[in-house]
Amino acid sequence: MWCASKRIKKSQLTLEDLRVQRREREKALRKARREQHLTSKRLLRDQTDEEAFLGGNLSQHLLSEQQVLQRIRDIQHGSDEKLKHLTVLRHALRNRVTQLLFIRAEGSMQFLIGLFTCQFARIQMEAARCLHELSHSNDPAVSKACLPATSYLVTFLSGSSAELMELCLYTLGNLSVESEAARHQLLLQGIIPAFSMCLQSPYVTVLEATGYALSQLLQAKEAPQSIVPTVLEAGLTQDILKLLLSDFGESFGMMIEFAWCLHYIISSQVNNVVLISQGTVPKLVHMLTKLTTSPYLGVSGSELLICPLVRCLGNLLTEVDGANKRAIQEDGRVIVALFFFIQKFQQEHLFVIQECLWTLNNMTAKDPIICSAVLHFKLIPVFLQLLGHSRDIVLLVSLSLLTVFLNHLHKIMGHTPVLCA
Amino acid sequence: MIPPELLAALSSPAALSLPKPLPVQENTGRAGTFTPSTVRFSRDHDFFEDGDVHRHLYLEDVLTGIGEVEQRPKVSEFHCQMAGCSQIFDTLESYELHYNTLHRNVCSTCRRSFPSARLLDVHILEWHDSLFEIMAEKTNMFQCLVEGCVEKFKTAAKRKDHLIKTHLYPSNFRFDKPKKNKKYVFSNF
Ligand SMILES: [Zn+2]
Ligand SMILES: [Zn+2]
Ligand SMILES: [Zn+2]
Repeated sequence: MWCASKRIKKSQLTLEDLRVQRREREKALRKARREQHLTSKRLLRDQTDEEAFLGGNLSQHLLSEQQVLQRIRDIQHGSDEKLKHLTVLRHALRNRVTQLLFIRAEGSMQFLIGLFTCQFARIQMEAARCLHELSHSNDPAVSKACLPATSYLVTFLSGSSAELMELCLYTLGNLSVESEAARHQLLLQGIIPAFSMCLQSPYVTVLEATGYALSQLLQAKEAPQSIVPTVLEAGLTQDILKLLLSDFGESFGMMIEFAWCLHYIISSQVNNVVLISQGTVPKLVHMLTKLTTSPYLGVSGSELLICPLVRCLGNLLTEVDGANKRAIQEDGRVIVALFFFIQKFQQEHLFVIQECLWTLNNMTAKDPIICSAVLHFKLIPVFLQLLGHSRDIVLLVSLSLLTVFLNHLHKIMGHTPVLCA
Repeated sequence: MIPPELLAALSSPAALSLPKPLPVQENTGRAGTFTPSTVRFSRDHDFFEDGDVHRHLYLEDVLTGIGEVEQRPKVSEFHCQMAGCSQIFDTLESYELHYNTLHRNVCSTCRRSFPSARLLDVHILEWHDSLFEIMAEKTNMFQCLVEGCVEKFKTAAKRKDHLIKTHLYPSNFRFDKPKKNKKYVFSNF
C-alpha cells in the first residue's frame, strides 16, 4: 500500500550534502513566502521503487519524443502486458522533459484518463500514480494538463478503495496550489462535500491525505473569501477537532495535517466566533496538555504538531470571553505545558519558543489570575534561562515579550522581586 | 527549570487548580504605565515565517510506502467469485483493491459497477425504478451527480448541461451515460 509513513533514506548523499541541500531549500522557501507564493507539493512513492530509482541510471529515464509515443502504443496494444508498460511509463514520467513530451503528445491525457477510469483496478491505480507524478511537476503546463482529470479525482473520493482515495487526495492537493482557476474548478466539482465524506474514513492514510489536500486549498490567497467560509459551513472543523482529539495509534502525520488546517482557518480570521462556539479553546487546551505526555513528543517532527496548535490557541485567545478563559483558569496544566514546550524545543526549534511566548502573553494579558499562577508556579526561572540564549533574533522577541510580561507583573504589589529571585 | 511537582501534574489525570490571585493594584489611565494587551497575527505575518518554512520543508520530503505489492506473499492464482467477473489475481491485496473499486457499488439488477454510492443510487433510480419515467413527466427527477449539489432536472440532457456549465465537468464524463446507450460505464479500452 502507498502510504505516508517513512521518509526516504537518501543513502548516497552524505550528511553534509543533505545539510547544504536543506539550507538551499530553506532559502528558496523564505523568498517564496516573502513574495507571497509559498507553495509545496507532496510526493508519494513506493519504497522499493524509490531505491531502484536512486540506485539506477538516471539517463534511462530520459526518453525521446518517439520513445514516449512508443510507450503509449505499447500500453494501447499490449493486452497482457498493459500493466507492465504502464509502470514503465510511470517511471519515465518522473523526468521533467518526459512529462512535457507526454502531455504534448496528441490525445495522451485523454488516454491516461481513460485508463484511470477503467474497470481494472490495478491499471486504474497505476494510471492514478502516473497522474500523481504529473501533478507533482513544477511546470504550470503539466499541472494544467491534469485539470481534465479533476472531476474523476473528486468522484473517486466517494469510493471505497482506501488506496485509490489516498492517491487521488494527494494528487488533488498538488493540483490545487497551481492556480486560482484550478481551485475554482475543484470547488465547483464538489471537493468540500467530498472532503466531508473522506473525514469519515476509518483509514488513517486517507485521513492524513485529506488533511494535506485541505491544507493546500486553505493556503490559497483567496481562501479567506472563497474557501474558509465553505469549509466552516460544511462543518468540517467539527470533524477535524474530533480527529485531533481522538486516540489514534500511529496518527501523528494525520494530526499534523489537520492542526495546520485549523491554523489556516483561524488565522484567516473569517468567523472565529463559530470555532469558539464549537469549544475549540478548551479542546486546544486539552490537546496541548495531553501532548506533553505523548510518547511521540520524543520523535523528531513533533514541533510540526505543537506549532500550529499553539498558534490556534494564541490567536483565539484574542477573541474569547471570560467563559472560554475559564478552561485555563480551572486547569493550569496548559500554562505548564507551554513552558514545557519552551524548554523542550529551545535547542532545536526556536520558532516554537517565540510562538509559545506570544501565546503566553495572550493568556496572561488582562488576566491577573493566570499571571499570579505563573508567579506562584515559580515558572519565571524558565524565562530567565532563555536570556542566556542570546544569539538569535528570537532573543529580541522573547525579550520584548518578557518585558510585556514583567510589566504586567509590576501591578502585583510587593511579590515580584521575591518570586523572581 | 520547571519545578518537578508541575511536571508531575502534567501526567496526572487531575486538573491543576490555580492559586488565588494576588492582590492587584489598579493603575490604569496613568500616563507612562504599560497596558498589557493581546496580539493577533494573521496568517501572512512575518511572525509565522520560521514555522511556515519548517512546515514546507516537511511537505517537500518524499514519502514512501512501506510495502510493495510484489513483495507480499503470493497465493496461487484465483478468479474473482463475483457473478459475471472473471479477473485473475495472485495476491489478496490486488483482489481487495479490485473488490473495493469494482464490486462495492454494484447494481444488483444489471451488475454494472459505479465509483460511488451516489452514482449507483442515481443509476438504480433512473434505470430500474418502474415509477421513474412516470414521475419524470411531472417533476424534475434527474439528480445532479456532484456530491453536495441538490439540483434536479427534467431530462438527462439538461443535467448534462448543468454538469458542464455549473461544475465544469468534461462533456464526455464517463459516468453519465443515458439509458439508451448500450455501453454505460467502464467501457473496455
Ligand atoms: Zn471481480
Ligand atoms: Zn443497473
Ligand atoms: Zn449540480
